[in-house]
Amino acid sequence: MGRAELPLHAPGTKLERGYIGRSVPRPNAKRLLQGRGAYVDDLRLPRLAHVVFYRSPHAHARIKKLQFEKSLKCEGVIGIFSGKDISQYCTPWVGVLAHLKGIKSPPQHAVAIDRACWQGEAVAAVVAETRAQAEDALGLIEVQWEELPVVMDMEASLSGKEVIHKELGDNICFARAHDTGGVDEAFARADVVVEETFEFGRHTGVCLETRSILADYNAAEHSLTVYHSTQAPHMMQDIFSRHLDIPEASVRVIARDVGGSFGIKVHVYPDEMATAALSVMLRRPVKFVADRLESFATDIHAREHKVKIRLAATRAGEILAFDLDDLTAIGPYSVYPRTSGIEGNQVVNLTGGPYKHQKYRAKLNVVFTNKNVTCQYRAVGHPIAVALTEGIVDKAAAKLGMDPAEFRRRNLIADEAYPYTFPSGVKFEKLSHHKCLNLLLEKMHYQELRQEQIQLREKNIFRGIGLAAMIEVTNPSPAFYGVGGARISAQDGATLRLEPTGMVTVMCSVTEQGQGTEGIFAQIAASAVGVSLDKVRVITGDTATTPYGGGTWASRGAGIGGEAVLQSGRALRSNMLDIAAAILQLDKNELDIADDSVVHRVTQEKKLPLEELGRVAYFRPDTLPMDFQAELTVTRHYTPRQYGFTFTNGIQASLVEVDVDTGFVKLLKHWCVEDSGTVINPMLVDEQLRGGVVQGIGAALYEECLYSPEGQLLNGNMADYLVPMAAEMPDIVCAHVETPTLQSQLGAKGVGEAGTAGAPGAVMNAINDALAPLNVRVTAMPFTPERILKALAKV
Amino acid sequence: MKAAAFAYLKPASLPEAFAALVNPHAKVLAGGQSLIPALNMRLSSPELLVDITGLPDLAGISLQAHSIKIGALTTHAQIEACELVRKHVPLLAQAVRHVAHAAIRNRGTIGGSLALADPAAEYPACAVALDSVLVIRNKATERRVKAERFFKGLFETDLKQGELLVAVEFPLAKAGDKSVFLELTRRHGDYAIVGLAAHNERMVFLGLDSKPVLLQKKTLRQTKDQLPRNPPADLYHSSATKRHLAGVLLERAWNTP
Ligand SMILES: Cc1cc2nc3c(=O)[nH]c(=O)nc-3n(C[C@H](O)[C@H](O)[C@H](O)COP(=O)(O)OP(=O)(O)OC[C@H]3O[C@@H](n4cnc5c(N)ncnc54)[C@H](O)[C@@H]3O)c2cc1C
Repeated sequence: MGRAELPLHAPGTKLERGYIGRSVPRPNAKRLLQGRGAYVDDLRLPRLAHVVFYRSPHAHARIKKLQFEKSLKCEGVIGIFSGKDISQYCTPWVGVLAHLKGIKSPPQHAVAIDRACWQGEAVAAVVAETRAQAEDALGLIEVQWEELPVVMDMEASLSGKEVIHKELGDNICFARAHDTGGVDEAFARADVVVEETFEFGRHTGVCLETRSILADYNAAEHSLTVYHSTQAPHMMQDIFSRHLDIPEASVRVIARDVGGSFGIKVHVYPDEMATAALSVMLRRPVKFVADRLESFATDIHAREHKVKIRLAATRAGEILAFDLDDLTAIGPYSVYPRTSGIEGNQVVNLTGGPYKHQKYRAKLNVVFTNKNVTCQYRAVGHPIAVALTEGIVDKAAAKLGMDPAEFRRRNLIADEAYPYTFPSGVKFEKLSHHKCLNLLLEKMHYQELRQEQIQLREKNIFRGIGLAAMIEVTNPSPAFYGVGGARISAQDGATLRLEPTGMVTVMCSVTEQGQGTEGIFAQIAASAVGVSLDKVRVITGDTATTPYGGGTWASRGAGIGGEAVLQSGRALRSNMLDIAAAILQLDKNELDIADDSVVHRVTQEKKLPLEELGRVAYFRPDTLPMDFQAELTVTRHYTPRQYGFTFTNGIQASLVEVDVDTGFVKLLKHWCVEDSGTVINPMLVDEQLRGGVVQGIGAALYEECLYSPEGQLLNGNMADYLVPMAAEMPDIVCAHVETPTLQSQLGAKGVGEAGTAGAPGAVMNAINDALAPLNVRVTAMPFTPERILKALAKV
Repeated sequence: MKAAAFAYLKPASLPEAFAALVNPHAKVLAGGQSLIPALNMRLSSPELLVDITGLPDLAGISLQAHSIKIGALTTHAQIEACELVRKHVPLLAQAVRHVAHAAIRNRGTIGGSLALADPAAEYPACAVALDSVLVIRNKATERRVKAERFFKGLFETDLKQGELLVAVEFPLAKAGDKSVFLELTRRHGDYAIVGLAAHNERMVFLGLDSKPVLLQKKTLRQTKDQLPRNPPADLYHSSATKRHLAGVLLERAWNTP
């Protein structure tokens, strides 16, 4: 079934799509704005204890002795525990997946036992009656350390001179090589070969709500309820169950309001596991809320790549081949359960993605270092792959003397060429690169901007225009994690229930992180059932009440969760019509539902208000035929499986002005044209794009986790780690091409990561375009004033 | 990030405040925009906080015979909105827009900023450029100190135990005076990488040393040569970069009509 199923009203009725495609405000916005959100830290439970962690001040050191005597005497202290104490209650884990062949990582404990491997790793837990008391005691813990050699640099790590985990033999977590064959031949026959080494700084996702968990163990039932700021409640339910040895059905994970996540909250964190273990150990509720300083030191970091890339092209401007070598460092452990091998793997899968060359070779090394761990963060691997591709494509265009837009037009995969298998092996269902390029150039008035750029250069004003075409993984099938043995669901479910008053309750396994998922589920449910939006209530984020599912990550919420809601809504509508037919003694085919009423399909005459239908079904079923049972609760599930991933595509452009005296970059404007299939709520989609673009701009210009050579995080606070802020952000113009996926009835692909994927490359290309008349280029993100001044040889 | 326990006092009069400040472990609390983060990060753990925001003697902006007098408790937002400041102390009016963000400007005070003496803060450099006078009191007496002698080093001033900064007096601008305030920040509202408060012949840099750096105006080249050789690097800018950027600001101020 596919697009033909739309409009959402039953075939043959109205030709409108209900609430689909409309910018209705999300229902939870008002509640959150009024301060009535229910975040983990808002919860108050009787006998609640608070835990804080003593964190290693060293990047790599053996714990010789932990002394708790003084701190144990502090007021309010309930207990202080070492890694060994906690390991009695929580088994260690290993962050590997079977389909990433050869990936390795050592067992990791909730609290380090005899060695700390990064500055910030927890080595003791202090539990007290209040957070302030726990912090008082924390200050009195004494630890004797034996410092060990640190491996900070990724090339040093790869060389293996100093091995972090001796038992693994070397520092290589994961390596992959991909080769279509024929690459050397392509380079040999090319007219033009360009090469560049790009560097990407290590950065992190900064959530408004820091990581938070409240674990409440009930000894009488041997059950555990966890209130958790997470993206994946069912994944966490499974993990708590297995590592704390509690039956899965006795673990309930509740994620109420979540204040942003960006991929930060989809991983297993040692301090969170320790909090759950402490609740079991102490038989009382225990809460941990990361403060901002611990967030910087322990929330997953991301990126940190150094990539050498080459491109071969003909004189006529045809790209023949890409060849790349990616080195990326992930800290001392591969993160559980998704692994830290995925980002590099994505770089191999996606580089060169929009183009029609047939030869491709990629090499990847993922190495351990003594910094905080890195893992999947918004747009996983994409910003790297896009910037690499688009950076080298621009360099080739320049060498050929060809306009960058024209060079792309010659090489983008034709809109008619689908389905298409890309040389890395990934498959595209249907993309629209040329439509997007054309729309972008039109929206930005590309030719005029080029004219203006030339004129301004004569006045010593250095403006640059950068383009970045991209492809993006969304709606992943089980090929992402499930096939590798991770108990992470690729399917999601939705239950819809008609209430006696004609209201509809939706329970969905995809979660709300502040992005508006509940809003679009309400839109889809209302449209599918035939009720008005105010009649719908949505419940997410509770393993005890929603169907089983994966949650929020990989731009999958709308495409997978939304499809489950749609199918469930259609089934409920059909069941409701069965009841209406029985009550009205009419043929079901003559009836439809619109505007909260059963109506005559053709005349639209109102036949039965839904509250009357509910009243009869629930309270007077005796009036219905003997053999008829009303079914007003319906559940449907959905898994994408035809394609490994439902790829989307898009293209972005950035206009910047570089101040060549100060090295400052002024962002003048940004454009984003995206094809994410069916657009359910244009306002939310544009918000996702803009927020994503801003995060990508952060990577390009501002954000980097800086470490000293000894492994100390130097800027782990909001004053020194520069997140992008509103005043510096340009206007971001969004536009859409809609190519629905035919795998689902809804046709929605994902959009949550697109902005972040494309923006860094676009900004980089714009800066280099601005600097082109001065014959210099920058290739190491973030592009700080100092890096630009250095390129200009001014400092 | 919870502050260690402390006692709190909000005196209603100056004598009451001075009595409390006898305690060597007491600390003055004004807008709290710098002190409270320091307490929460446990960088500082005083026994007693003396909240001076209830002292009427420290508030208000007034026009005097030869100066504009700004009470220590005057917030950045009040300075920003003040017509008198705009008219008579244009350098300060230019600078205040660069101090932090709107929410912080609503609470942060000029007294707090001068007493803190952050080397990257705007007011200390303006105070030196304008040759202003700081009014300081203790239990018994009042003394007046020229800005140039008030700032001693990194977060270090002439203020002594038991003293309060009560006001600062900025000379009135004359016709034909030239005031230029320039600074470079990666993001609006951040502390400056480097900044320049220039008033006529007095060119004062912030962010180039542990305290404001006063250069005497000569030729452009000669003035530039007075820039510190090795200004302190920060996380993102080497010493050489900071010196280069200071030179750029100097030229820009020079060329400002
Ligand atoms: C995010 C952020 C960005 C900022 N950016 C800037 C910026 O760009 N430029 C800038 O200049 N500032 C900046 N600040 C600091 C801000 O301006 C502060 O308000 C100011 O530095 C201190 O003023 P306060 O009234 O808050 O003082 P408090 O924090 O209350 O006190 C600061 C110090 O001064 C002492 N003190 C206060 N008043 C007196 C007094 N009358 N007599 C004696 N001692 C006193 C206190 O004991 C304390 O040691 C920023 C602050 C934040 C949080």
